[in-house]
Amino acid sequence: MAGKAWRSSILNLLRQWGLSLNGKDKIKAQEVSRVVGALKKEAPQPRTFMRGIQTVTLIPGDGIGPEISTAVMEIFDAAKAPIQWEERNVTAIQGPGGKWMIPPDAKESMDRNKIGLKGPLKTPIAAGHPSMNLLLRKTFDLYANVRPCVSIEGYKTPYTDVDLVTIRENTEGEYSGIEHLIVDGVVQSIKLITEQASQRIAEYAFEYARNNQRASVTAVHKANIMRMSDGLFLRKCREAAEKHKDVKFTEMYLDTVCLNMVQDPTQFDVLVMPNLYGDILSDLCAGLIGGLGVTPSGNIGANGVAIFESVHGTAPDIAGKDMANPTALLLSAVMMLRHMGLHGHAKKIETACFDIIRDKKVLTKDLGGNSKCSEFTKAICQRVRDLD
Amino acid sequence: VCLNIPGFTLCLKRSVLAPVSLRPPPEKAQSALIGQCFWVFRICPPPALYGGRHTVTLIPGDGIGPELANHVCELFRFCCVPVDFEVVNVDSSMDSEEDINNAIMAIRRNGVALKGNIETNHNLPPSYKSRNNLLRTTLDLYANVMHCQSLPGVRTRHRNIDVMIIRENTEGEYSSLEHESVPGVVECLKIITKTKSLRIADYAFRTARAKGRGRVTAVHKANIMKLGDGLFLECCKEVASGYPDITFDSMIVDNTTMQLVSRPQQFDVMVMPNLYGNVVSNVCAGLVGGPGLVPGANYGEDYAVFETGTRNTGKSIANQNTANPTAMLLASCLLLDHLRLHAYARMIRRAILSTVTETRLHTADLGGQGSTSEVVRSVMKAVQSTGPLTLSI
Repeated sequence: MAGKAWRSSILNLLRQWGLSLNGKDKIKAQEVSRVVGALKKEAPQPRTFMRGIQTVTLIPGDGIGPEISTAVMEIFDAAKAPIQWEERNVTAIQGPGGKWMIPPDAKESMDRNKIGLKGPLKTPIAAGHPSMNLLLRKTFDLYANVRPCVSIEGYKTPYTDVDLVTIRENTEGEYSGIEHLIVDGVVQSIKLITEQASQRIAEYAFEYARNNQRASVTAVHKANIMRMSDGLFLRKCREAAEKHKDVKFTEMYLDTVCLNMVQDPTQFDVLVMPNLYGDILSDLCAGLIGGLGVTPSGNIGANGVAIFESVHGTAPDIAGKDMANPTALLLSAVMMLRHMGLHGHAKKIETACFDIIRDKKVLTKDLGGNSKCSEFTKAICQRVRDLD
Repeated sequence: VCLNIPGFTLCLKRSVLAPVSLRPPPEKAQSALIGQCFWVFRICPPPALYGGRHTVTLIPGDGIGPELANHVCELFRFCCVPVDFEVVNVDSSMDSEEDINNAIMAIRRNGVALKGNIETNHNLPPSYKSRNNLLRTTLDLYANVMHCQSLPGVRTRHRNIDVMIIRENTEGEYSSLEHESVPGVVECLKIITKTKSLRIADYAFRTARAKGRGRVTAVHKANIMKLGDGLFLECCKEVASGYPDITFDSMIVDNTTMQLVSRPQQFDVMVMPNLYGNVVSNVCAGLVGGPGLVPGANYGEDYAVFETGTRNTGKSIANQNTANPTAMLLASCLLLDHLRLHAYARMIRRAILSTVTETRLHTADLGGQGSTSEVVRSVMKAVQSTGPLTLSI
């Protein structure tokens, strides 16, 4: 088995250098790089440990965070996934110079492990510090937010057969936070688009499409109105498309995407877009499959860091009552397993989760049942063990 | 106290009898007046009737625009509607803005227009501005109104949708103010002003009251864009306090889109800045059956321009006789309502809605195989059948 890991890493290196074995540029299905994410800048370290335990930083979060994290840990235990959890808490602390930052032990743990799983964090209003999610994003330069939206068979929504991925630029765009009051009654908000960030996200989108056997990438823009900014974004996407000719590239206006998405979501595959459109569209897609309670999400950063998270809120009204639904965090954890190359375990846990939801016997309240979180977790653990 | 003089609306918190000018008062007086009265915005008056007939500017546009414009002319001639169209062609491939300026001049002359979408090639340099945007900002058509209703004959995933979307049409992200200060870094400015936000909020509440609707929802992203959308939200709240009979709430735009695809029946009237309006109106149009069904209207203080709600050129289906004319025909009904030709508007609208319920006539976008001309002929037949029969066509 070690031989296969070496082979795939050598193939990665060759692909990076633009060479190929046997003159075949195409990546065969079984030789697909198991590491999802940008490999361009770093040497291909075989992060996929075939033997050995991988340590992952776990940030339980607030509200229902601790219960769903425990649920996920239990399920991973039952699946015998080679994961060791390192729990850390992130609360904003003021460092030297008054700058807000995350606790140093959390940062050190993430830098060491490179992979993190995060529960919901609350943002207290008027706390004086920026939101925790924003702090994490800035600290680890999490530039890509990936949200795969796949219809869940047991959870009925008016939309079936949704299978798309939204890749959103996470650092700039409309959310740069630069606003000015020009004169009394006139406010200007600046949308920043840089060449470097657009290039990074475009490259990532095509890498993702290639690594996950996705047929096409669609760039979403509004370049007819915002000619220079979205024009720059589009140019970078086109350049990345040139380098990845095996993936089909299309560009579509934001309004056309919205219009077609609610009529026929099956026509979309991978969508790449700047920050604001990504925010709106990724939530739109989450709504198509059933809401934030069942949607996984991952944030990919520079230097190989990746934090997977559940995007729902902390739900303080049901915290501690064993009523929470761990599906979102569980599916994010499955995404994490795929990122690390542990496809077998990922498939097992995902199948178990979907089976339980499809059976409809044990469901939490938001999925339409009235079981407790612990019962739901136990059912999934049992199914995982049965699948072995 | 609300005074409704024909052509004006004036709402006062306390009786302020001093005459209020039509333009917003200068800065100093502004703060003094804010607590006591609201802006006075003129309701756009219908244009004059010369010899019993109206002249309306018609801008065919690109793509399916010209063929639909022809159908509208045909239908109006058939129904003997007292409207003459002044056709102004705008060539989108031309670099100079002469064409669009001619169109703007024509609309200033006539006061009202029916328009197809003019294509914008986004690969051209930024000096070439979007013609549609230019028209809207020059004529100050500040309110874009789109009424999305579930139609009985059209099968969609959601039923009983009845949402009115009021979108600020002239500022926000569509200011087209961009610059590259450092090579590789582009800044695009989004401008939100108090005057325009107050204006659109007032328009929304006035319309809600006039149509008997109970709730207005402001869509924003003020948690991130605290100053910009925060100002918009504040203005909406201020105007809301003057309309105690209408419930006001607000929702963040990403939550709004999520709610729209799961439970769109919860929304009534929605008011929002430009870009969110684009997203939300397209989502709603998709929910009720697509771009071929929803008309849109752009109102300003002096002019009104009617077009399809989702502003598509339909390049790929141009001249194939497969476009759905319903949106453009319903837009022409809105035009007739604006011109106070209510009887004609009612007659044509009834005919269109009866045609849309017939599944056999559905065009490709609704999943059928009907053609545009068939739909128009059916509308004409329906109009004829409601009146005294002379000859059948």
